[in-house]
Amino acid sequence: MSNTKFILGVYEDEDILLSAITKIRTAGVKIHEVYSPFPVHGIDDVLGYKRSKLSIVAFLFGLLGTSLALTMQIGMMGVDWPMIIGGKDFIPYPSFVPVIFELTVLLAAYGMCFTFFIVSDLKPWARPRIFDLRITDDKHVMAIDLDHNKIDVAKIDKILKDNGASEVNQKTFDET
Amino acid sequence: MTTVEEKYDFSAKAKKNLLITVGIGIALTVLGIVLMSTGGHHEEVAHEGGHAFSWINRLGVDIWINNIYFTGIAIVGVFFFALQYAAQAGWSAGIKRIPLAFGSWLPIAGTLMLVSFFVFGHDLFHWTHHDLYDTTSHEFDSIINAKKAYFFWPLSDHPSVPVFFISRMVFFFGLWYYLFMKLRKLAFQEDFEGGTASWYSMRRLSAVFLIIFAVTSSIAAWDWVMSIDTHWFSTMFGWYVFASWWVTTLALITFITIHLKEKGLLSIVNENHLHDIGKFVFAFSVFWTYIWFSQFLLIYYANIPEETIYFVERWNNDQYGIIFFVNLFLNFILPFLLLMPRDAKRHSAILKVVMPIVIFGHWIDFYLMITPGSLKENGGYGLVEFGTMLIYGGAFLYVVLNSLSKATLFAKNDPMLNESLHHHVQ
Repeated sequence: MSNTKFILGVYEDEDILLSAITKIRTAGVKIHEVYSPFPVHGIDDVLGYKRSKLSIVAFLFGLLGTSLALTMQIGMMGVDWPMIIGGKDFIPYPSFVPVIFELTVLLAAYGMCFTFFIVSDLKPWARPRIFDLRITDDKHVMAIDLDHNKIDVAKIDKILKDNGASEVNQKTFDET
Repeated sequence: MTTVEEKYDFSAKAKKNLLITVGIGIALTVLGIVLMSTGGHHEEVAHEGGHAFSWINRLGVDIWINNIYFTGIAIVGVFFFALQYAAQAGWSAGIKRIPLAFGSWLPIAGTLMLVSFFVFGHDLFHWTHHDLYDTTSHEFDSIINAKKAYFFWPLSDHPSVPVFFISRMVFFFGLWYYLFMKLRKLAFQEDFEGGTASWYSMRRLSAVFLIIFAVTSSIAAWDWVMSIDTHWFSTMFGWYVFASWWVTTLALITFITIHLKEKGLLSIVNENHLHDIGKFVFAFSVFWTYIWFSQFLLIYYANIPEETIYFVERWNNDQYGIIFFVNLFLNFILPFLLLMPRDAKRHSAILKVVMPIVIFGHWIDFYLMITPGSLKENGGYGLVEFGTMLIYGGAFLYVVLNSLSKATLFAKNDPMLNESLHHHVQ
């Protein structure tokens, strides 16, 4: 892989950041990502992010858990080794509910969690790009990928500064 | 965002509509009674022993269902209001006055319940029969006799009037109404005085109310509902009744909020607030199911006859078996699946469909708690049930909306109002 070059706008205040994002996007600059030390309300909307489909994944994994629990219990209790317990039927559905509930929750939670790790490219050997150490402290950093923008550096630099960035830096990641 | 004072105008048209609803209810009830006393009467008289069944029994039971159901909505409305202060919740500042108005039904509910206990008590509660406590009588019941003091103390030697039972009823309603009026007074005082003093007073009073409510609502559930099945008991019953009341109230708050928004009122309530209260209805529908199922599963699994009789009467029964599953379908499966997507809770279209389902569904839940135990095989569902529900529902909404129109729709001096205006959920 080649080098990836980013231009970074540093912001002190989240309100300035929010209005800056809207203006910079309307100016035609594509924003790679914005890093914040705390959650900023409404930032998804101004960045134009689509709603996550993670909840659908959770529902489907939950459904898988439900059917798995039902199949397992019917198979074990009703087919493989039928036993009379407390005078109930061989397939007593009310008794199955706690296990169905637990497996539904378990699979929904794990499924959602691991799907999130996979789509976010989070793995133990991942080497995250550290744009600026201060994003864990008190600064918001807007990263703009220069390879994906046709506007030249000086112009982006000016747009960032005009929209309240306290400083503008550049950073290159050597990803070989 | 600026806030404009808004007032709900309880128009003559709305009043007329509600009065027509009550009128239709009365007409249906009378029609149902006429049909009952001319039609299927002869078969019930054939029963030997006990007293003959008549339409009065069924009317009494239906009135009792509505007494419990609407009392619950009224007091749990106050509970919702108090909860917002005790939890220092900010999001709900715009809708708090709606549940507060529910409390205005309390004095009427108390009067109706007391009167209907004296009129229909004998048909409803098996334990009111005196020969159960008479050792010389062949009707003597040692189990109920052991529970005598709970109803008849301090006259438990010669039970005649259930003094303890009635004084509890009067005491609960008195206490609830007193605390409701105090909260309401403080809420309106805030409108005139401003500042945070009223808010702090309300928070203190709310904490006191919540403790009192926790105990009284549970005992009320044993007294008014569980004692119908006098031999049977469930340690979860207080929770179960509360859960049902709570979901109903939340659904009604949502429904009235949407109704007011469609009239162009409550401009400070947006989809974020609807989302939150929608989540409340979703979550507590699941909570109700959890409580319902916990009670059911233990009894089902232990399989002790004195406990299972409750579900034998409701599930393994031709009359009520269907309603048993309708109850679960309306109160769990439908709200669970329909309210699960995020958009369903943020837009009023789906909420407007689900809320009446939940409100009606929990009426059925109370029907199932009360009717099979008091009417046994003579119970049923038809015009009388529907009619009494319309009478009570119309009267309840009349009182509540009338109370709502007395003050501004939200407190302009609420210290939490600003937080509510900026409320935003993902």
